[in-house]
Amino acid sequence: MIKYDLVIIGGGPAGLASAISAYDSGTKNILIIEREDKLGGILKQCIHNGFGLTRFKESLTGPEYAYRFIKEVEKRKIDYKLNTTVLSLTKSKTITAINGDGIVKIKAKAIIISTGARERSRGALNIAGSRPAGIFSAGTAQKFANIKGYLVGKKVVILGSGDIGLIMARRLTLEGASVLAVAEIMPYSSGLKRNIAQCLNDFNIPLYLNHTISKIEGKDRVTAVEISQVDSNKNVIKDTAIKIPCDTVLFSVGLIPENELLDKTGIEMSPKTKGAIVFQNRETSVDGIFACGNCLQIHDLVDFVSEESELAGISATDYINNKHKEKDVIEVAQNENLAYVLPQKINKNIKGDIKFYFRVKNEFRNCLIEASSNGVVYFSKKKPVCTPGEMESITLPFDKIANLVDKIKISLYAK
Amino acid sequence: MEKTFTCIECPLGCTITAKREKDELLISGNTCPKGKAYVEAEMTEPKRILTTTVKLKNGNMLPVKTDKAIKKENLFLAMKKISLLCFSSPIKIGDILVENFLDGANLIATDNAF
Ligand SMILES: Cc1cc2nc3c(=O)[nH]c(=O)nc-3n(C[C@H](O)[C@H](O)[C@H](O)COP(=O)(O)OP(=O)(O)OC[C@H]3O[C@@H](n4cnc5c(N)ncnc54)[C@H](O)[C@@H]3O)c2cc1C
Ligand code: SF4
Repeated sequence: MIKYDLVIIGGGPAGLASAISAYDSGTKNILIIEREDKLGGILKQCIHNGFGLTRFKESLTGPEYAYRFIKEVEKRKIDYKLNTTVLSLTKSKTITAINGDGIVKIKAKAIIISTGARERSRGALNIAGSRPAGIFSAGTAQKFANIKGYLVGKKVVILGSGDIGLIMARRLTLEGASVLAVAEIMPYSSGLKRNIAQCLNDFNIPLYLNHTISKIEGKDRVTAVEISQVDSNKNVIKDTAIKIPCDTVLFSVGLIPENELLDKTGIEMSPKTKGAIVFQNRETSVDGIFACGNCLQIHDLVDFVSEESELAGISATDYINNKHKEKDVIEVAQNENLAYVLPQKINKNIKGDIKFYFRVKNEFRNCLIEASSNGVVYFSKKKPVCTPGEMESITLPFDKIANLVDKIKISLYAK
Repeated sequence: MEKTFTCIECPLGCTITAKREKDELLISGNTCPKGKAYVEAEMTEPKRILTTTVKLKNGNMLPVKTDKAIKKENLFLAMKKISLLCFSSPIKIGDILVENFLDGANLIATDNAF
C-alpha cells in the first residue's frame, strides 16, 4: 500500500488551492488524484473571461486561472496522478483508486475531498414528448465546443438561465448557431446580471422569465419545442404555448455536488447543500477528512472556491501535525428565508473570524442580515438586494464567538 | 433621454443610468469608476474582449482571446478570421498568435499546447 500524509481527491481549482496551502503550511508529502488527463477541473472548458477579478484583480479565462495554480503545484513538486479515478474511501482513510495500471490502494493521514459538481440531469425534469437526439446539458455542449471543436446544433433553445447556459448562448451564437430563446421557470434569472447583458442582450437573444419547455417534438432529432408560461406554483398555464422550430435543446438547470464517494463513509451530509456538513475549518464529521469547493457548496465564483480550499489545506496540516483542536461544538441555525448556511457547525476552540456563506430562497429587497444567539444580535449588515443566484456571506469576528453558548442563528429579514 | 446599462466589468453587475442634460452626460448608479468608463464606451463605441478557440494541426483545439477589447460590431468578423487559422504546437500560455489581429488587439493563447 502507498502512503501519503495528505491525499487530495480531485485536481480542479479546489484541489489545487488546497494542495498549495497545505504545502505552504508545512505538509510536504501530498498526492493529488485526478480522473481526467489534465489538472484544472471544469475550468479547462470555461474558455471565457471573468475569472479571478476578486483574487488577482484581473479578468482571466478559466484555463488561465487554473494555470496560475497548476504552476504553483509544479513549482512545489507536489505529486499528482492523472487518469486515476478514486472508487472508494473509508473512515480510516484508505483510498481505492483505479487507473491504467489497475487498482491502487493508498493510505493517508488526512484527506481533502474536492470532487466538484455535476450538472443536474434532465431526467429529473418531466417534459412531455419523446427523447430524440439533440438534447444536451449546457456543460456537455461547452465541452464539445471548447475542447473537441464540435458544434452541437444550429438552431438552439436553452432551458434555464444559469450561468453556463448564458455563456453557451453567446458561445454558440459566435460560432454561427442561432439561439432562439432562453426559457426560465422562475421570475428571475439564476445567472449573473453581467452574463444576461453580455451573453443575451448583446446578441438580442430573448429571455422568457416564468416560462418552461412544455413539449419536445421530433423522432430521430429534435424538430421543435413548445415553451409555455407558468403560474406562481410553476405549473404550465394552458393555451400559452408557443412552438419554436429548432434542432437542439440545452439544459442549464443547475449543478449538484458530486459526493457518491462519501456514501459509505458515514460522513454526515446536509440535505440542504447535498454536501458534507462541515466546521469552519472545512472538516467533516470524520476527523481528518476535509471537503472544499463545489462538492461542498455550489460556488458562483471560482475566487471563493480557492479561498475556501486554502482554509481546508491549512486545516489538514494542523490535523497532520496534531494541532487538531478538541471539539466544543456550536450548531448553526438559519431562518426560513435562507436555503442554507455553511459552515453548519462551529468549533469554539478554533481561532479566527468566521465567514458564513449562504443562499436565499427567493429574491428579497432591503435586506437585513443578522447573526444572533439566544436573542442577542452579535453582528448585522444591510444589503439592498439578495437573489438565489448569488451566494452571500457574513463575517462574524472571532471575539464574538467566545461569548456564544449553544447555537448561533443566521437570519435574513426583508423590509 | 435616459438609458440604463448593466455594467459587465465585474460580478456585481451594477445597473447604471446615463442621462443627457444639455451638453452634459450624467452617469449614476455605478459603484466604481470602471462602471462610468464602461457606460461612456457603450454610448460611443461598445467594445468586448473575444474569447474563443483555434484549431491546431494535431486536431486539438486551443483556447485564445484578444488581449484588448475589440469593437463589438467586429466580433463576427473576428470569428470568421479565426476560423481560417491553424497553428502547430507547442504553444505556451500567453504567446501572441497573431500580432495586431483586430482593432489594435493581439490574439493570444490562453492555455498551453504540447
Ligand atoms: C459544466 C460546468 C461549467 C461551469 N462553468 C462555469 C463558469 O463559466 N464560470 C464559473 O465561475 N464557474 C463555472 N462553473 C463552476 C465551477 O465548477 C467552479 O467555480 C469551480 O470549477 C469548482 O471547482 P472544484 O475544484 O470544486 O470543482 P471542479 O472544477 O469540478 O473539479 C473537480 C475535479 O475533481 C475530479 N474528480 C471528481 N471525482 C473524482 C474521483 N472520484 N476521482 C478522481 N478525480 C475526481 C474531476 O475530474 C475534476 O477535475 C462550471 C461548472 C460546471 C460543472
Ligand atoms: S460599476 Fe464597478 S462595481 Fe459596479 S459592476 Fe461595474 S465594475 Fe463592478
